[in-house]
Amino acid sequence: MIITKSKPFEEVLKELEGESKIFIVGCGSCATTCETGGEEQVAEMKKRLEEEGKTVTGTTVYEEVCHELNTKRKFRENKEAVEAAEGFLVMCCGAGCQSVREATEKAVHPACDTVFLGNILRLGNFEEKCSLCGECVLEDFGAICPVTRCHKGILNGPCGGTDNGKCETDREKDCAWTLIYKQLEKEGKLDRFSRIYGPKNWQANMKPGRVIFEKKGGE
Amino acid sequence: MTLLIEKHAKPSIQEILESGTFLVTGEIGPPKGSNIDEMIHHIDLLKDKVHAMNITDNQSSVMRYPSLGTAILIKERGGEPNLQVTCRDRNRLAIEADLLFAYTRGIRSVLCLTGDSIPVGDHKDAKSVFDIESVQLLQLIRNMEEGKDLGGNELNEPVSFYKGAIVTPEANPIEPQMLKFRKKIEAGAQWFQTQAVYDMDNFKRFMEQARKIDDKVKICAGLVLLTGPGQIKYMNNNVPGVFVPENLAKEMEEAPKEERLATGIRICARQIRMCIDEKLCDGVHIMAIGKEDVVPQILEEAGVDITKL
Repeated sequence: MIITKSKPFEEVLKELEGESKIFIVGCGSCATTCETGGEEQVAEMKKRLEEEGKTVTGTTVYEEVCHELNTKRKFRENKEAVEAAEGFLVMCCGAGCQSVREATEKAVHPACDTVFLGNILRLGNFEEKCSLCGECVLEDFGAICPVTRCHKGILNGPCGGTDNGKCETDREKDCAWTLIYKQLEKEGKLDRFSRIYGPKNWQANMKPGRVIFEKKGGE
Repeated sequence: MTLLIEKHAKPSIQEILESGTFLVTGEIGPPKGSNIDEMIHHIDLLKDKVHAMNITDNQSSVMRYPSLGTAILIKERGGEPNLQVTCRDRNRLAIEADLLFAYTRGIRSVLCLTGDSIPVGDHKDAKSVFDIESVQLLQLIRNMEEGKDLGGNELNEPVSFYKGAIVTPEANPIEPQMLKFRKKIEAGAQWFQTQAVYDMDNFKRFMEQARKIDDKVKICAGLVLLTGPGQIKYMNNNVPGVFVPENLAKEMEEAPKEERLATGIRICARQIRMCIDEKLCDGVHIMAIGKEDVVPQILEEAGVDITKL
């Protein structure tokens, strides 16, 4: 799940300065769960923009805005409203926003800040547990990721900022290393905690990432 | 090879510790800004009173005059630096390059730290690096001593440092801390300075555990000068791994306002004496944080003259 937060409405208005005809794109996947770009939020945005004197030429909410072919298809389906628009407001993650980028030559505006790949603890409560580092280390650490869940992302045990199982950066956050220690102790695998891990390959997934699966890929 | 230093004015930390002499180190906290007059004053004041001086590296993630520049300054003024290197602000390339520079300028001792996190400091929007951390930094140095950088490339000549690290005796929980302590030794740490200790009974228990893990590695107790009840309260509530016990807090509270610093000096002197008399550890590291002026007084009150240790 890609976690997004809505930008303040004033910021969105500023982005749309000089454009009066707007087409709004929402996402039926992550942004719906985050309540930042589902049907309800898109309708609300339409209303607020109209109150500000904008014309909303159309709206669409569909699964996976990040799917570029899908987005192009949706744009063809909404041809008239899309063509009438001067700009596009995208109410989902940065990937979705750039998927829309590929479907039009007109201005594209983000309505959200994309924050992390998150687990859903319960509705409206998300936590980052994987940072897509490209070289999974979970096997060694009791399936608790130090790269993501330790603020410093270090691999050889707790730093001096660990405090009664909490992190120095935020007392509400668990120290990943205390969690890892307890888990490996339960599993009888503390030898993994004692092992020295050399410098991590931070280029395992060299930015910008690109993967082409030879057998499965393509349409 | 050309080392850009004629001769060392002082014995190294390694020579002192390996000769069995009780090591006394102080600390220099570089200033924020280009005026280094006061820092030079502190260096001159301490250089003959302590065996060596740590130089903090953007301590508490607050940007300051650099540790490497200060270490060279200490060397130039006839003191012995213990260069603190953190991994927060520099990646492996930058650290390796700094170490090459440090070595050619006569820096012989490096204290390897991960570094505080960015949000605790004064550049809260900065990108944290942490390309490597303390254990890997020790490995990196050992690699360079074997003539290789972390890219696996040959150095035209290797470096050599006395490799230090830190350990937190008051860490909670303590078990992961002790495992990390062991890893640091395995990665090449030859000596340790501890995070501030006040509860000397707990420190003794820590030392027993540490000696069981390795009875040869040198360990110096970190002592932070107490200056008043406010500071004690702050440290107990906000500084992970630091705990000032009730009896010391009480001793400070009962002292009249004008005698609080003197009380802190007395407590610190007493702890130094205890470390020496009870042979608790191999040395002490005095952190006077902003009150470097009183370090000679602390040593005097402890009856410590480094020329007679």
